[in-house]
Amino acid sequence: MSNTPDVAEFARRIRGHTLRMVHAANASHIGGCLSMADILAVLYARILKNDPARPTDPDRDRFILSKGHATAILYAALAERGFFPVAELATYCKDGSKLTGHISHGVPGVEVSTGSLGHGLPIAVGMAMASKADRRANRIFCVMSDGECDEGSNWEAILFAPHHKLDNLVAVVDFNKLQSFGRVSEVLALEPFADKWRAFGWHAVEIDGHDLERLATTFESVPQARGKPTVVIAHTIKGRGVSFMEDRLEWHYKSPNAAQLAQALAEVGA
Amino acid sequence: MRNTFVAALTELAERNPNLWLLCGDLGFSVLEHFASRIPERYVNVGVAEQNMAGVAAGIALSGKTVFIYSIGNFSTFRCLEQLRNDVCYHGADVKVVSVGAGFAYGSQGYTHHAIEDVAVMSALPGMEVFVPCDPHEVRTITTAIATSGRPSYLRLSRSGEPVLAGSEAWEPRTPRVLRQGRDVVILASGPIASACLEAAEVLASEMAVGVVSAACLKPLDEGFVRELAGEARAIVTVEEHIARGGLYAAVATCLAAARGRPPVFGLAIPEVAGKISTAGDRDALLARAGLSAAAIAQRIRNAIGGL
Repeated sequence: MSNTPDVAEFARRIRGHTLRMVHAANASHIGGCLSMADILAVLYARILKNDPARPTDPDRDRFILSKGHATAILYAALAERGFFPVAELATYCKDGSKLTGHISHGVPGVEVSTGSLGHGLPIAVGMAMASKADRRANRIFCVMSDGECDEGSNWEAILFAPHHKLDNLVAVVDFNKLQSFGRVSEVLALEPFADKWRAFGWHAVEIDGHDLERLATTFESVPQARGKPTVVIAHTIKGRGVSFMEDRLEWHYKSPNAAQLAQALAEVGA
Repeated sequence: MRNTFVAALTELAERNPNLWLLCGDLGFSVLEHFASRIPERYVNVGVAEQNMAGVAAGIALSGKTVFIYSIGNFSTFRCLEQLRNDVCYHGADVKVVSVGAGFAYGSQGYTHHAIEDVAVMSALPGMEVFVPCDPHEVRTITTAIATSGRPSYLRLSRSGEPVLAGSEAWEPRTPRVLRQGRDVVILASGPIASACLEAAEVLASEMAVGVVSAACLKPLDEGFVRELAGEARAIVTVEEHIARGGLYAAVATCLAAARGRPPVFGLAIPEVAGKISTAGDRDALLARAGLSAAAIAQRIRNAIGGL
């Protein structure tokens, strides 16, 4: 894939921005940001048809971040994509900044505000339904966390979307296996996860969520099954790219100190 | 009321290709009128109100106007956070419609009695709140909110409510005078206005009682309410809802700081904490709550006598 180097560079840059933002703001959720860095890089550098110059174009692809706490990295992706100046990332969580700790639709490029889990997918389903009704060719992407798949509202939407044949809808689960208070398998097991989605009528694909080429080819080929929504279960590692954060629960909460930031930036090459 | 709502909405949807109706698997023998004429913009989402509200927000954020419909507590409480975050915070053009206001579902019991819904819906930012008293108001309000471009709550009773006499030229966000009278003015919300008219008639030989339908609780036309209060000995609010957060709260708040204002008495459904509901039709339950026409008249008499 000819664009892979650009995507890798995009991923490297947004990881670096995110580490600096979370450090400067003394904020949480760096682990869940880094686990979906590669997913966002592929979407924003390669897949999504959304032009910063025409943010209300009705034919634009929609991106809904349902795990609205992992916000620094989406702001970084939007800035890198040209929705607002990269310099503004330095205001993250600062007094008066648009860049709130949970995702805000006051930020250019953000479609909806989330933060309470289990909200993004139903909204994305509504957008997919409206696009179908208007015979638009766009696609609706919704990135969810694994932990939020505990929410009943998601399963209402998961039941609903195949019934209405919304094959313009792509749910992406950032399956990093760690939720707020422990391992997903210990808090509330999701497995057999893909089988559950398939039983509800989805086309389910399981891939390495850090394999840029595989992510790109998967997203490009949606819908693979006509009349079915797609779920991409992206197996990821929380804190991916920073050795001391990888697969560690405490990095759902902690913010890197100056020394940790320096090491983390060196490790991600930013 | 339900049938008037659906007839009005169907007419609007036939002219407006961006108007949708979603229901939570309720509305049998009511919504078919819309569904059969506009099937492509009618969705029974199933028994899943959280998803209904989220989907409605998603459709609305794609440039549509979406009505969602279910029984009182289901279209409000069950999906409250979706209404707060997905609809109101985004200013999504979603109209929440509930049926079975107050005790309309009578013997069905507490789960089906929508008696705190107005308070909760009124607390949501940017949500307009409408409690029409008769089919005439239902039609006018439905038409108004369909083009308002912002979130609204429309609280309907059930069926068979009479059309009440009242001022013809009427703007839906202004109280509607049903009966002139300046000694005591009753502000009523919902079909209980008809009991208030009966009560006013009972009291006619003792005092001139005006009855005004305050269908729009939010935003309340405060100037109109202050003007009403200017000449009255007392203001009485009557609602098929608890007093906390409902019409009484809105009117009392509006008048609290007004110089020389009359007292405001609130007749409402008592809170039911710890009480098990028993069977009874709407009239029986209203009577038990002190909200029959006779009880309303007597309570006003008592209140005035104490001044």
